[in-house]
Amino acid sequence: MEFFEVISAKFNYWIYVIIMMIGLYAMIAKNNMVKKLIGMSIFQTAIILFYVSIGVKDGATIPILYHDQVHAGHHHDDHGETAHHESTDDHHASTSGDHETDKYGYPTRHAPDVVIDGNDFANPLVHVLMLTAIVVGVATLGVGLAITQKLHREFGTIEENEIHDLIKSGK
Amino acid sequence: MIEQAPALILLFPFFASIIVALAGIRVPGVSFPLTVISMFASVLSSVAVLVRVMNDGVIRYKLGGWEPPMGIEFRIDALGALVATAVSAVGLLAAIYSKRQVPAETGDRVSQYYTLYLLLMTGLLGMVITGDAFNLFVLIEVSALTSYALIAMGPRRASLAAYKYVIMGTIGASFYLLGVGYLYIKTGSLNMVDIHEQLIARGIFDSTAILVAFILITVGVWIKMAFFPLHAWLPNSYAYAPTTSSAVLGPLVTKVMIYVMIRLTFTVFGADYTFGQLEWSEVVVWMSVAAILVGSISALAQTDLRKMLAYLIIAEVGYMVGGVWLADDIGLIGSIYHIIADAFMTLCVFLFAGIIFAKTGKRDLNALDGLFTKMPLTMVGFLVGAFSLIGIPPTAGFFSKWYLIQGGIASGNWEYVIALLVSSLINAVLFFRIIEIAYFGAKPAEGHGDHHHAESHDSKISEAPLSMLFPLLATAALLLAIGLYNKDIVAIIAEFVSLSNLGAILP
Repeated sequence: MEFFEVISAKFNYWIYVIIMMIGLYAMIAKNNMVKKLIGMSIFQTAIILFYVSIGVKDGATIPILYHDQVHAGHHHDDHGETAHHESTDDHHASTSGDHETDKYGYPTRHAPDVVIDGNDFANPLVHVLMLTAIVVGVATLGVGLAITQKLHREFGTIEENEIHDLIKSGK
Repeated sequence: MIEQAPALILLFPFFASIIVALAGIRVPGVSFPLTVISMFASVLSSVAVLVRVMNDGVIRYKLGGWEPPMGIEFRIDALGALVATAVSAVGLLAAIYSKRQVPAETGDRVSQYYTLYLLLMTGLLGMVITGDAFNLFVLIEVSALTSYALIAMGPRRASLAAYKYVIMGTIGASFYLLGVGYLYIKTGSLNMVDIHEQLIARGIFDSTAILVAFILITVGVWIKMAFFPLHAWLPNSYAYAPTTSSAVLGPLVTKVMIYVMIRLTFTVFGADYTFGQLEWSEVVVWMSVAAILVGSISALAQTDLRKMLAYLIIAEVGYMVGGVWLADDIGLIGSIYHIIADAFMTLCVFLFAGIIFAKTGKRDLNALDGLFTKMPLTMVGFLVGAFSLIGIPPTAGFFSKWYLIQGGIASGNWEYVIALLVSSLINAVLFFRIIEIAYFGAKPAEGHGDHHHAESHDSKISEAPLSMLFPLLATAALLLAIGLYNKDIVAIIAEFVSLSNLGAILP
């Protein structure tokens, strides 16, 4: 029983390690170069999963402040702290209600002086980091596929052992 | 302007890369001058930063005015400024060399090549000056992605080597990213200095998560720097890449990764943790001994000039990793000095290899047959580089080895000292073999029917053009200068080493 508790308490780590190992296996064991790159992508995605999972908090929501949350907080400071709980249920609230506009017709921006409790929101930093990591992953995959294409043009195959044979035979 | 110098170090090549990418397609002629000008401006900025760091101490440049640890900062201390200067100088010299070779080897893709080249320099310079662990990951990948492409622009086998590099490099960078994730969980920070302060403030050095982070980051960085036994991607990549690519990747990528290892070891984890708490110095020094011996002996077995030099890089990586893990301040000084010296001597010999390839079209050592009389200046430049790799005074290579050996003796790691001496001996054999071929001529071709072939070549081989000769001779002169002014450079390095707290933790 204790064994299951150990696993379930940290299941996100277990899952990311398992996915990562699947990717690593494909990178090492597969002979087809596109399959290797798929493995590489899985490997990178596992790390993205790991990062996103460490930003999760119990009972927290996505780290976005709706307009009326800020708005409500600005005008009614007395119950500003609870405002965001109501508003998450009612997204349309933000479009209703009259808000001030500046000279260009855009809503005036108020400094969000509503009291925000960090525990109510998932950690946004890891999401931002992973946006960058996703871009890096896509770029790596793109370069990898481009090189595979070049290999196919030059050797006529994307099986690694066949390319090695071609090189050994001096063609 | 001087206030912004830290950012300008990498903004010059970065913006130049965008201009080259846009304008170079229509007017390929602008690519080369723009590259050289921006690299020159980058060198000037690095020198300005180095001077400022030496006068006023550490520069903390806050990007966008956001206060660290929330904002990203460039944090440049004496070590960072010194390495940035060396990196930008190597980038400039290799760029000058590229003038004729890039059109010759990449055909109509000149502007694309220079775009990648400038982005590579942006990534490498950024790695040196950034003070943010995640920013470092992005810059590692910027430089890695561009180097994959720079290698893959070579002939057939280069593509296969580049593919292997993609796979290995991605594993390395991913490990690093994962390690940073564990550090973030435990400290809630990504700023390198702040991570270290948090580690101390929270007293979590005993935590397993920190240990895991340390292992992941170290192994990731080792893969990227081709530390034996994680070196498999390197030899073919550098041997078959276009000559300009190997002239810039060979000296820089591995050396900058060693800088990153030093930065992470001393700034993020701290010497107390790495050498005091973990007792791995012995093991890592033995690994570096293996790296030195394997690299040197493999180099001895090569007949391809650039492949031989690539194996020498693996041995040199062993020198530097070992020097850091001796956990001795003199060894650390030697390691950092060797980063600078090795960047220039590797550049020197790779430029030489590139010139030989451009002139003779051959890759193997016999291409050097009797070149002393035909291209004397090129050979002089090469001799300085070779003497430096062997470790003959007064070249830079002698002084770095001197400090490394002193560090090895002071910390009692005799196996490291012996490996260094054996490797120097092997280097001597390697380079005197080349000198012999170049001076006295190769042995008569043994039934290869090579004779008339060689003679037809003979007539048209002459001294290398100025665009190739200048960087080679300038590098040779710099090697001598670095050697002769070793006291001043060591003074800069000592500034960093004295802060590293190494002396305090050793018995």
